[in-house]
Amino acid sequence: MREVLEGSQAVARTVARCRPGVVCAYPISPQTHIVEALSVMARTGELADCEYVNVESEFSAMSVSIGASAGGSRAYTATASQGLLYMAEAVYNAAGMGLPIVMTVANRAVGAPINIWNDHSDAMAMRDSGWLQLFAADNQEAADLHVIAFAVAEELGIPAMVCMDGFVLTHASDVVELPTAAQVDAFLPPYRPTQVLDIRHPTTIGTMAGPESFTETKYLQHLRFLDATGVIESWSERFREAFGREAGGLVARYDPDTLDRDRLAPPASSDDLVVVAMGSVIGTLQAALAPMRAAGIPVRLVGVSSFRPFPGDALREAVGASRHVMVIDRALELGSGGVLTGCVGRALAGTRSRLHSVVAGLGGRPILEASLQEAVRMALDGELGRLEFLDLREGGVPTPTAGATEVAR
Amino acid sequence: MTTVHIPFLQTGTLAVGGRLLDDAERSVQSHADRPSSLTKGHRACQGCAEALAARWVMDTAVEASDGKLVVANATGCLEVFSTLYPESAWKPPWIHSLFANAAAVATGIAASLHAQGRDDVRVLAQGGDGGTVDIGLAAVSGMFERNDDVLYVCYDNQGYMNTGVQRSSATPAAARTATTPAVGRSPGQAFGQGKSMVKIAMAHEIPYVASATPADLRDLEHKVRTAMSIRGARYLHVLVPCPVGWGSASSQSIALARAAVQSGIFPVVEARAGELTDVQRIRERADVEEYLRPQARFAHLFKPGGEDALARWRALADANIRRYDLLGERS
Amino acid sequence: MRQVRVHGRGGQGVVTAAEMLARAGFLAGHEAQAIPSFGSERTGAPVVSYCRFADVPLRTREPVLAPDVVLVQDPTLLASDRPFAGLAPGGLVIVNTTADAGAVRAEAGAQEADATVLTVPAMQITLTHLGRPKPAAAMLAAYAAASDDITLDAVQQVFRERFPGAVGEANAAAAAEAFAYVRDELAEVAAAAGSEA
Repeated sequence: MREVLEGSQAVARTVARCRPGVVCAYPISPQTHIVEALSVMARTGELADCEYVNVESEFSAMSVSIGASAGGSRAYTATASQGLLYMAEAVYNAAGMGLPIVMTVANRAVGAPINIWNDHSDAMAMRDSGWLQLFAADNQEAADLHVIAFAVAEELGIPAMVCMDGFVLTHASDVVELPTAAQVDAFLPPYRPTQVLDIRHPTTIGTMAGPESFTETKYLQHLRFLDATGVIESWSERFREAFGREAGGLVARYDPDTLDRDRLAPPASSDDLVVVAMGSVIGTLQAALAPMRAAGIPVRLVGVSSFRPFPGDALREAVGASRHVMVIDRALELGSGGVLTGCVGRALAGTRSRLHSVVAGLGGRPILEASLQEAVRMALDGELGRLEFLDLREGGVPTPTAGATEVAR
Repeated sequence: MTTVHIPFLQTGTLAVGGRLLDDAERSVQSHADRPSSLTKGHRACQGCAEALAARWVMDTAVEASDGKLVVANATGCLEVFSTLYPESAWKPPWIHSLFANAAAVATGIAASLHAQGRDDVRVLAQGGDGGTVDIGLAAVSGMFERNDDVLYVCYDNQGYMNTGVQRSSATPAAARTATTPAVGRSPGQAFGQGKSMVKIAMAHEIPYVASATPADLRDLEHKVRTAMSIRGARYLHVLVPCPVGWGSASSQSIALARAAVQSGIFPVVEARAGELTDVQRIRERADVEEYLRPQARFAHLFKPGGEDALARWRALADANIRRYDLLGERS
Repeated sequence: MRQVRVHGRGGQGVVTAAEMLARAGFLAGHEAQAIPSFGSERTGAPVVSYCRFADVPLRTREPVLAPDVVLVQDPTLLASDRPFAGLAPGGLVIVNTTADAGAVRAEAGAQEADATVLTVPAMQITLTHLGRPKPAAAMLAAYAAASDDITLDAVQQVFRERFPGAVGEANAAAAAEAFAYVRDELAEVAAAAGSEA
């Protein structure tokens, strides 16, 4: 059923339909609406056979999830920004122990200065934590990705973050079609933990590994991560077959002219500028690039759906013969450039591609279609540098007018 | 327990044995088929009272739960000496996640078991004083406050022994540690610092709080059994002498634990829902010197200039004796 | 595509207004999207939210920069919050006030703006029916009365769904009254225009 739902509601209802055994919650904007909605469902019984635990910190939220997952339950939590960093130690720990927890990250900037608005700094800070990081382009995909995330995480024994842009998606209402409970039941296998604290088969989980075994442990974790690309593709394909729409995958391709998502879209050609992006800015790019294409401007769009594992092969295939790439980056590697750009650059190493890093939308600065179009024009005219800050106001920090947080109106 | 007259052939009433008793009257440890939850072959130091207490606590808990016990362990000596990959000294299902989160991990396990309808399986969390009183306090407090169905056991050796004997907020006054050296005008840990985890636990008004030492096996087992008979958040604080950290002979760990109790320095208590319900009286009062002198960390108290600190220690013992009526003078 | 901007203050249901508008627009057969202005949840602070309708899927995440319709839930924002800013030529501005359109234009410094300005005492109507200062239903009904984008039925339906029971009914009643008020106002405008011609 198509309906208008707030992104957080769409995610919460979908998570509930995945039948988690334990959900823990600690409030932090912009993730709060998700766990609020789940708390209601836990009380009304819509979320059955589930323990909903209000904890005292994000560190404990992840720790409770670790215990719950090791105890044999499908575990879910959600966080953002400072909260993700506050639980960082436990985030790494969950991955190291191979516990397939699923966590929504409502992407938000990291302070100081404190800022509650969207960018990708929080998830990027956890990029080497050993979690899968799947990015949603819109609220439909944000909801769908949770179903895929549980399936993939549990098959691999690797925890998964579903990243959705804070406020831009979490608080926006869109027309979505949620997977029904029956559809999810048919699609998602019941939780069968690969390692569990079982009194009949006692195991020790979380031992110390010395220098003689740590390297091999990490190497095996690396191999498992390499497996993850195939597993993500496979479950995303099964999702498309079961639900009739594309979600997840490694790299999202878009029709050259309609800019509709289309896995069969051809790779870019040698004349094309390829814009690579991740998260909700893809929607704005779809809207911004379609008229440019109609005007004959050679520009293509490629979306990164799986940031971890980073799909180097799939990205190279989508970029095709193009050697000119512009990356829209919502997180900054200080002194260097966009974080996503670094990964794209590594994937394109040896291809002699020209790469632009366009840092945009930090701390909730709206990314405007006109600004993106201008960046594309400049890139094609050879006027865009290797590192650019979209809509940067030079000459110091501007003082906002009272109440104006998003854009000059 | 009924009173049984037995020949006084063993070394005192607090002895571990009890093998002259009927089976039903014996301690868990004196049974031939004790669970030995923490098996031999681990890497604890000679004379480690934590290893001893942990085995006693867990054996009792395993027995009380009919073998249905799951354990979450904080980082620390106990974790490091028992589980160096690929070996494990633990018989029950056991998990170690992090230093500060054993209580929260235990909450997660309990929530998971409850969601699966497995309330017959019980959950025990354990850690040292660092993982409980310092870095893990928020998670412990959260678990208490929610009254999660977890027994949390703190093995208090009064410092960060695993990292080389640094001060914790459970380190006693005047004690020398690597970060409170016995130099300067007030050597060792400052007077007036530290916190009582037993009082903090009581302030949460959880169903059961108790303290114990490995000097009294019967009492320790009794408290674990009592804790296991109750649902909700429970806390047991066990003083565990550490030969390395305390600078004591490895043969003296039990004697030191006993001296801590008999001098009034470590009150052995029970509390329910925030109310003190039982206090173990001092049987044979010991001077604080009996507790302090065998420990190198207090050596400076017995050198010229240490008189004042020693007097303050006596005052601490006296204050405990008054506060908890350890000599039974009020009753 | 039709783009709407809602101005109000924290506590007046500005974000809810955009969401309800999107739902009503969806019921009217459009693709719809509501975007709150993000952040400050303080009561009384100026808040803006946005809504879009289209007959193709809505993809952009850009805030509404050039609204076709502006709803002002609090007349004290007319001077400070620049509600006419970016308004598309011939746009519609509906203001919750007991003053008339001329006074609204003067207050907003928009005497010359190419816009249709309608006023509706939405707060009075809402307080009568609901007893609480949340004029979203009345404002959306006023919008329904002045355009074909949404209908009164749809507005009433989405409020009844969102607030089942007495609150939903009170909102529906407020919506009906505001709708009738604006239809009368439009009839007067039309009559005045007719007599001038």
